Amino acid sequence: MSGVLSLTRMPTSGPRRLLVLGVGLLGIMSVVRLVTGYDDLTSSGTIGAALRLTVPILLAGLAGLWAERVGILNIGIEGMMILGTWFGAFGAWKFGPWIGLLLAVVGGMLGGAIHAVATIRFNIDQVISGVVMNLLALYGMRYLSELAFDGVPQGGISQSPPQRGAIPRIDAPFLSGGWSTPDILGWFEERGWFLIGDLAGIVRGLTTNLSLASLLAVLLVPASAWVLWRTTFGLRLRSSGESPESAESLGVDVIRIRYLGLLISGGFAGLGGGFLAIVSSSYYRQGQTAGRGFIGLATMIFGNWRPSGVLGGAAVFGYSEGLKLVAGGSVTGLFLFIAIVASLVLVASVVARRSRRGVTALITTGVAMLAYLTVDEVPESLTQSLPYVVTLVVLATASQRLRPPARAGVPYRPGGSH
Amino acid sequence: MTERERPGGLAGLLSRITTGSDATALRTSLTTVGSSLAAVLIALTISALLLAVTGKNPFDAYATIIETGASGNKLLEMLRRATPLIFSATAVAIGFKMLIFNIGVEGQYLFAALIAAEAGSRVSLPMVLHIPFILLVAMIAGAFWASIAGVLKVRKNVHEVISTIMLNYIALSVIQWMFDNFFRDDEIEGLNIKTTLLPESARMPDIVDGRLNGMFIVALATVAGFWVLVYRSRFGFRLRASGFNATAAETAGISARTMTIIAMVLSGAVAGMIAMSSVLGEAYAYGPNATPIGFGFAGITVALLGRNHPVGIVVAALLFGFLDSTSAELQLADVPNSIVKVMQSIIVLTVVIVNEATIRRLNERTAEQARAQLAGAAA
Repeated sequence: MSGVLSLTRMPTSGPRRLLVLGVGLLGIMSVVRLVTGYDDLTSSGTIGAALRLTVPILLAGLAGLWAERVGILNIGIEGMMILGTWFGAFGAWKFGPWIGLLLAVVGGMLGGAIHAVATIRFNIDQVISGVVMNLLALYGMRYLSELAFDGVPQGGISQSPPQRGAIPRIDAPFLSGGWSTPDILGWFEERGWFLIGDLAGIVRGLTTNLSLASLLAVLLVPASAWVLWRTTFGLRLRSSGESPESAESLGVDVIRIRYLGLLISGGFAGLGGGFLAIVSSSYYRQGQTAGRGFIGLATMIFGNWRPSGVLGGAAVFGYSEGLKLVAGGSVTGLFLFIAIVASLVLVASVVARRSRRGVTALITTGVAMLAYLTVDEVPESLTQSLPYVVTLVVLATASQRLRPPARAGVPYRPGGSH
Repeated sequence: MTERERPGGLAGLLSRITTGSDATALRTSLTTVGSSLAAVLIALTISALLLAVTGKNPFDAYATIIETGASGNKLLEMLRRATPLIFSATAVAIGFKMLIFNIGVEGQYLFAALIAAEAGSRVSLPMVLHIPFILLVAMIAGAFWASIAGVLKVRKNVHEVISTIMLNYIALSVIQWMFDNFFRDDEIEGLNIKTTLLPESARMPDIVDGRLNGMFIVALATVAGFWVLVYRSRFGFRLRASGFNATAAETAGISARTMTIIAMVLSGAVAGMIAMSSVLGEAYAYGPNATPIGFGFAGITVALLGRNHPVGIVVAALLFGFLDSTSAELQLADVPNSIVKVMQSIIVLTVVIVNEATIRRLNERTAEQARAQLAGAAA
């Protein structure tokens, strides 16, 4: 009971709240792991896979964030990612993986530039431009593949030859056994103690066999937050998405800022595509992006147009995908996790007399518990749609809490009314 | 009705929608057609440059396309390929008339194809009833899936672009799940898995044996129905009024919420028929590898190229159908046939851009004239 009370009296904001919440959720997960025996719920293997699956979604989400923060919808992220996979794989095949990643960024920026010219210079509908962007990239890269990869050894109409070398991977010293130091976290993970074992597994998963590209991608989250919220340039960027007239009246070149925002957005999407081709795989394959651009768009929405929120959303999807990949059977453990969390929310709502939230929590608890007790194996086909269902539920239930940039999607012409 | 009570507001709307006198209307539509043609030419030039840059001779490629067209034996294939495009573009255009962007046509028609194919194989009816029954089921299934986005928009204010994108992917999952667990015919093995084959009574008769089936006629009838409904009926007027200016229409008693739901349902119902030429006339079933995909997005491009107008849609669908029909010849001429799809995307992009520029120029000219008149009156 005291745990519940502490939940209701939680500090309302700041890092302490996050810490309390994080430790609490991890504790619940640990209980679930010990009860069900699904050790893979927090194993380093799962977390490592989760990170690799998180990165492309994260980059796609950041691509959406950068575009919408300057006031342009980017439905074309998927297409820009396709450009990134093709250019990335081409570069990695011809010149090596780092040049590949660089070319992936350039490819994505090319897409961003087309979207920018269409929507800013020619003022066409942003959704239309995005949709056409996706088709143009899809078929354009199919055309180029047939020219560049067909007839090359190990290449084909829909597949590039494998790359030269790979992006280096590192193990953290002392924590995860890098530089032939002892694998301390591994020792703790094997013991499987409550909370400590889980924490060790998670940190070890994040620091073992870590691709430098993943590290770079994750660092782009604080970098985006810093640029957007702590620099003058970022203030101009955001003001162009919130109130372009005011920005212009204060001397900001809104048009230039919007071009830059879309170039950055395309670069992020391209890097995400490059990651898929170069790190997750070692060659370009048709259909490699598999809708991740749209999942990124989803994480941007319920990440509330903030970099940390995007990271959180991408991590949730990456984790559920990773768990499915490493230990498909463990997924049912998540139902128990959801049931416990929802029941705690239920108790907290009763204490705080929030009836509406209480009812939602009650239903969630019931459904999740029922699912845990009855479902043996979650059909692969249905779990695929999880990110999209979650997005619709969040949009339908919590849209008042979401705060998109005020003018995202509204065309802007400088100089007032026309 | 409320329309009779407030004739002033509606008359004002009407005059704005029909854009004044016949002469101006004629000039506008001529400008429209002219700028579209110019845009297609620009797009063909860009595509030629693309071909040249990638080391293919654009003249050879275009000569192949023109020869294929001139030989005339692709006529039926063009019509066959245009059929689903007409449905899909009409579905998209119904939404556009209400300023609703239905990106979810893809999910709606695949969902409808599965449900309709399964329902059709479960009943036995005479042909005159069986085919209409399947078409009806397809329309209801498509409308159902589209209505989810409509309800989310009206009740929860979720933008339809986001919800239909998400619903596309959810549809793919649901379809795969239903197909694998319930609807798959276990006797059909290998790669070509399908639902149970439709009986003879459910197979759409061919217009030309084995090359074009009756769904082409249904497509033309649907686009004609779209014209009557949107341009000649009271409902269509309300639909367009609501899309043109929701607030003004609201004061005239036209509920934007109702119109949103109806537009979405109609759009989904037409979308439901996209795959029917395959389900009823070619594969006689739904199958993950048998039912064609991608028509939802292709429909958006055709609707944009045809400017959401019934005639424009048919012309654009025929153009795209023709371009698609040349892909085998292009491949033989050593040009990757995906260039056709690239060309189509470029055509749409340039048409939309040129269209936007034309509209802006027309508006600027009108504003200029008004300013001149005002200045004259003042002097």
